[in-house]
Amino acid sequence: MKKIKLEINGIDVAVEPGASILEAAEQVNVRIPRLCFHPDLPAWAACGICVVQVEGLSKMLRACATPAEEGMRIVTHNPEIYQVRKSVIELILSTHPNDCLQCPRNGNCELQQLAADFGIREVSYEHRVAELPVDDTTNAIILNPEKCVKCGRCAIVCQQMQGVWALEFLGRGEHTRIAPTADVSLGDSPCIKCGQCSAHCPVGAIYEKSDAQRVWRALQDPEVFTAVQIAPAVRVAIGEAFGFEPGELLTGKTYTALRRLGFDAVFDTNFAADLTIMEEAAEFVERFAHGHGELPLISSCCPAWTDYMEKFAPDFIPNFSTAKSPHAMCGAMAKTYFAEKRGIDPARIFMVSVMPCTAKKFEISRSEEMFASGHQDVDVSITTRELARMIKACGMDFPNLPDEDCDSILGGYSGAGTIFGATGGVMEAALRTAAHLVTRRELEDVNFMDVRGLEGVKEARVEVAGKEVRVAVAHWMANIETVLDRVRAARRAGTELPYHFIEVMACRGGCVGGGGQPYGADDDVRRRRAAGLYKDDATSAKRCSHLNPYVQQLYAEFLGAPLSAKAHRLLHTDYRPRPTYRFEDASV
Amino acid sequence: MAEAKAKKPEASGGEAPLRLTPELVAFIDEWREKPGNLIMVLHKVQSVYRYIPRTIAFEVAERLGIPLAKIYGVVTFYHLFKLQQPGRHQIAVCMGTACYLKGGQDLIQEFENLLGVGLNTVSADGEFSVESVRCVGCCGLAPVLTVDGETFGKVTKEQLPDILAKYRGA
Repeated sequence: MKKIKLEINGIDVAVEPGASILEAAEQVNVRIPRLCFHPDLPAWAACGICVVQVEGLSKMLRACATPAEEGMRIVTHNPEIYQVRKSVIELILSTHPNDCLQCPRNGNCELQQLAADFGIREVSYEHRVAELPVDDTTNAIILNPEKCVKCGRCAIVCQQMQGVWALEFLGRGEHTRIAPTADVSLGDSPCIKCGQCSAHCPVGAIYEKSDAQRVWRALQDPEVFTAVQIAPAVRVAIGEAFGFEPGELLTGKTYTALRRLGFDAVFDTNFAADLTIMEEAAEFVERFAHGHGELPLISSCCPAWTDYMEKFAPDFIPNFSTAKSPHAMCGAMAKTYFAEKRGIDPARIFMVSVMPCTAKKFEISRSEEMFASGHQDVDVSITTRELARMIKACGMDFPNLPDEDCDSILGGYSGAGTIFGATGGVMEAALRTAAHLVTRRELEDVNFMDVRGLEGVKEARVEVAGKEVRVAVAHWMANIETVLDRVRAARRAGTELPYHFIEVMACRGGCVGGGGQPYGADDDVRRRRAAGLYKDDATSAKRCSHLNPYVQQLYAEFLGAPLSAKAHRLLHTDYRPRPTYRFEDASV
Repeated sequence: MAEAKAKKPEASGGEAPLRLTPELVAFIDEWREKPGNLIMVLHKVQSVYRYIPRTIAFEVAERLGIPLAKIYGVVTFYHLFKLQQPGRHQIAVCMGTACYLKGGQDLIQEFENLLGVGLNTVSADGEFSVESVRCVGCCGLAPVLTVDGETFGKVTKEQLPDILAKYRGA
């Protein structure tokens, strides 16, 4: 299509039709100041900071929500525009608490950054903060509406990206607030704890419930044996907190940092991802090749997705893989197999998981199966962001730490385990092992390129032992309904199923874009983090879960075979329908 | 960006909930496919119950195939819609500019003295609730109040006991 030509600050630019002025300005190296705009979301034009002047128009326009037009002559900065933007920032600050030093976003708040950039030294308006209660009713996410700047990102993410509708704009004018509806708390709302609201919030109005203090206390207690595991996506994102580029693979430095924090054992969730694949691929083969169980098989390692399914799509419960998520398996193995082998009382083991995820905080006590070892299998789950803060608080020079190895026997991993952190990774890992289970031969090419990448729904047909396997991969939650509806339609019509195997991850890009990852993720960042994982895979000596010698050893010494009774008891879970809203109705 | 899908809300707990009347069900079915249906349906619901009961909001969401959150977004945006059950008789005291200047606030204060409750609260006997509204459109009669839609002009606080008596128990 013909490009649109316009002039920005006297410089000619050409953009694709539909591009906003804000996007066009980037071509002349201007990043127009903004607060509510986020590249993941449709422009909402709530804050008014991105105003620009267009020749011939007396009023300023919001660059985020105004499409570039042919022949426009735009000025993005002059003293008048500066003054307007500064006033808008001051107005926002006049209703915003001044407790930056105690704020969870201290140091990475987008409003704080704007105030700094504009050199705000005083606010010309009366300081008036609405008194609203904090909602800490989930064990994953905290809402502090006093900090809310009403940019709308969280509600739009929750509704449009995630399709959950736990948050909505309530009231109007200065009384507008963003909250769960029907007078329920977040804990009783449809919230799936994915934390995308917290990852998109520009300020400290929505953030993860920090469990770092519990970890510090355990590390301090000489009676406690502290064990830790890191998820796939952590290693390619944690560096961002220390000046590395997104996607920089920092597994060894992270192990070292954890050991120097004082953990007695450093495990890797990637190992357990291999274990999950052993169980899940075996499940798939049972259902696909032997006709035992419902098809399509649906992946269940994302706790936000399982929560969503139990609330919104309970008709698919029989389709869910009963295999636990990797971090839950790691916890169960640490307090049984590892404890036995090392002669440690499992009651003394304190298992911490470092996750890119806020929903993992919810998952660790979501059902009785999370206590399979006889103790809570994972005691505390912290996010990548929380770990980065812990490392900083110790003053560790993270970029210059040496690389160390993790502790066997719950550490060594294959390339299949590491790609769990990216959308499509679980599917690819499972297909590698499922192919082996059916054919008893190794694949010549283990790369399944069709399931990689950031497209919302990916479909592929792969051949396993002469049979066609139809797969679908969906991520960022609102995309899943399309996939499920296709299956429902086929069921109703009695036609052949569109898919045999479906992978779902709640966050855009999969865990690399998780709600607990370092702030500032956009598609470019997600792509680079995923590339780091695929590089880890490509350079791994073993690229299939069933070839991981530690996994083989675990089955030989402890579990027997995939889907054995012992494996079922320790490594599997189940699902039940849950209400979207919970309340005692006093209004009736 | 995927289209937001309709979510089927379900409630758990609580006593036997209010259910949509057959008349409301028919009304919703009639309006289901029409644009702007949500506001129409909510008006109808409020005309039946005098407010939007929570369990009814759930049913409306389900029948219209929209998220419950959307209903609350609309209901809390427009002052007309109520989430709490008002008194059997609803008093609205005008606080538009003319009525404000002519003593609208005194009327509100006197109602509080007479009923024992302030604005937006139901009197102990369930008979009345008082709200303040912006201009009702007859400034020449200031100060103005309405009871169940009936307008009273040039009201003095001495008249209020008689006005209440007219409706009490009616």
